[in-house]
Amino acid sequence: MLPTLMGRIQTRIFVIAVIGGLWALVIGPVLPGGGTTSDKYKAMYGVLLIVGVVGIAWEVIYHALMQFRWEKDWPTLFGLVLGVPEGVVAYLVARSGVLSSTEHISVGAFVVGFGTTWLVTWLWVNGPMRIFTVHWRFRGGRLI
Amino acid sequence: MGGRETIRMPGAVASAPDTSSSAGDLTPELIAADQWTDAMVAAAGIPVVEVPFVSVGGGIGSFVTTDYLRIAGVPKEAMRVLGNNETPWSTYEYLTRNSQIPRTERLRSDSASTPDCIWGFPSYAVREALAAKGLKAKLAPLWNVGTEPIFADYYTPKAGQAFATMEKEADRIGYFDYFDKGLVRMVRKRQGGGYFTILTPPDGTSATKRVAYKSRWVHIAVGYPGLKFLDDLQTYRQQYNDYTHVVNAYEPHEGVYEELLRKPGVVVLRGGGIVASRILQRLIDDRDHKGAQTQIHHVFRTYITGAHGPSIFMRRKGGDGWAYQGFNYPKSVWGGQLKSRMRRLEGEERAKLYKTIGGTNTPVRRLWQDQLARGRKEGWYRTHTGEVDSVVPAEAGGTVTRIKTKDGLLELQASYIIDGTGLEADIAEHRLLADLLEHSGAGRNPIGRLDVERTFEVRGTQNGDGRVYASGTATLGGYFPGVDTFLGLQIAAQEIGDDLARQGFGKRIGPLRSTAQWLRWARGKKI
Repeated sequence: MLPTLMGRIQTRIFVIAVIGGLWALVIGPVLPGGGTTSDKYKAMYGVLLIVGVVGIAWEVIYHALMQFRWEKDWPTLFGLVLGVPEGVVAYLVARSGVLSSTEHISVGAFVVGFGTTWLVTWLWVNGPMRIFTVHWRFRGGRLI
Repeated sequence: MGGRETIRMPGAVASAPDTSSSAGDLTPELIAADQWTDAMVAAAGIPVVEVPFVSVGGGIGSFVTTDYLRIAGVPKEAMRVLGNNETPWSTYEYLTRNSQIPRTERLRSDSASTPDCIWGFPSYAVREALAAKGLKAKLAPLWNVGTEPIFADYYTPKAGQAFATMEKEADRIGYFDYFDKGLVRMVRKRQGGGYFTILTPPDGTSATKRVAYKSRWVHIAVGYPGLKFLDDLQTYRQQYNDYTHVVNAYEPHEGVYEELLRKPGVVVLRGGGIVASRILQRLIDDRDHKGAQTQIHHVFRTYITGAHGPSIFMRRKGGDGWAYQGFNYPKSVWGGQLKSRMRRLEGEERAKLYKTIGGTNTPVRRLWQDQLARGRKEGWYRTHTGEVDSVVPAEAGGTVTRIKTKDGLLELQASYIIDGTGLEADIAEHRLLADLLEHSGAGRNPIGRLDVERTFEVRGTQNGDGRVYASGTATLGGYFPGVDTFLGLQIAAQEIGDDLARQGFGKRIGPLRSTAQWLRWARGKKI
């Protein structure tokens, strides 16, 4: 998929909410560290919210960087590797106290929760997403 | 087609074949009239087939478009494809094979550009991985597509994979049940709405010379109007009646390579695009593996020395004469930023952006880079820049190419000249398109080809509730630039399919239909 700015943002919101949301159901209870299942779910969905909201700013940055690329493309590998800086920033935001549910998340729980979500959503966007919409990939990732 | 075209493609015939039967032929009255009545056609004795949708061409454009419509719920009975090809990929395979891409070699096409699958999932790379034997062979295409173009060249599918999968899909959708073989002579407006498409069936297959298809919609995907030879080479061939030493990359020229294996020779290669790259690979592979001693003179008209473009945001890589780019346009014309930008541009502005992102270019492939670097070092690959002044026979046999360079006139002696420039002829060289321009209200776009709307409807050809659509290379210069590619044909098919759905023909492919149909596709279930 070759993204436009609007397409990036729409795809980010959809993928984090739907695919990330479903994945959180699976991975939430098995996150390492203490706390009840309810706490773990709250932390997991809190992290998703942060990745979704902060991600909009990231998408604007990616879009700006993409302007230096002649092809105006965004290689598949970038999508995977950028999980590292995004993860670091999301972790700092999570621990900053902006959301009480994520304030005490452990490094282990964050790495597993965020890392697996990143991988699942990356695989999704680069493959099975296309089954559900034949228009998305030709519209720069826009869903509406 | 006119006399300037020299590369004849299967299915493209310059004039209608002379059949023994003259019953049911075109009359001067029909030929002259822009609009036909049912009575005029009946009076000429031409039988009429009534069908809502006709796709003219019978190549990959017709295949991909009707594949989309079949998936959108259009029954076989509501469509006909008319064309002179045996299969949708016949012409394409003919051209790729001549230009040195047999079934086992790789095309210049993206992993998710899958003409057999409107979803592009699973991509060619994934399918290649699934079919491969052994872990290493399975991981190779996945690693390639996952790290392109940073750590690997762009993944591209083997030509054979594209043809074999199209064959399977053609069978699944019943393509050959709605395919009628023959040459389409013209499409004319019908009084009262819709169109008549005139087919000349092959000899002996029809009681009449022509058959008329009366339809509400017509889709035109006739491919290249023709490929032109460079003028100086054409002059040489005609003047000296020498068709052996001067060849075009798109015509069969296997004899050249065979002769070069028998006897050391010198080749002048013209052109700076993908075809030139392919020819070079063949010549160098023959040196490396079969003992050929070929010396290569490569003539560039424009020599690219490095990155080039109007601004820091629009700079294309280049070097050693070539402009480098993964595919024939920057990748985002097939769905991203440049697609969206071009869609909003008109006239001059559009032509300008076409100029910036177009031009002759070739992909960076590590094998090619290595081969040419070796050739430069060892002295058997040399480049020259300039305009060819003339080509004449050499006294000792072979050819002499005179080139005007910035240092004066240069003469190159060579056993063979291979033209790898791949110039396309004007659309009016195609008889059907010329007729459409002359009689049916079609016009030209800012770069001179067929003017289409964003929906790929041919502007000016509406007739009552009837519409004419076109896709493929004839529509280059429109709101979407990547037309002459697998993915471009699918993008056009989607625009056309959606527009037809709005008129009640087929359904729009929303998430439910898309999912259900993908499941059928994945299981190979016929529709």
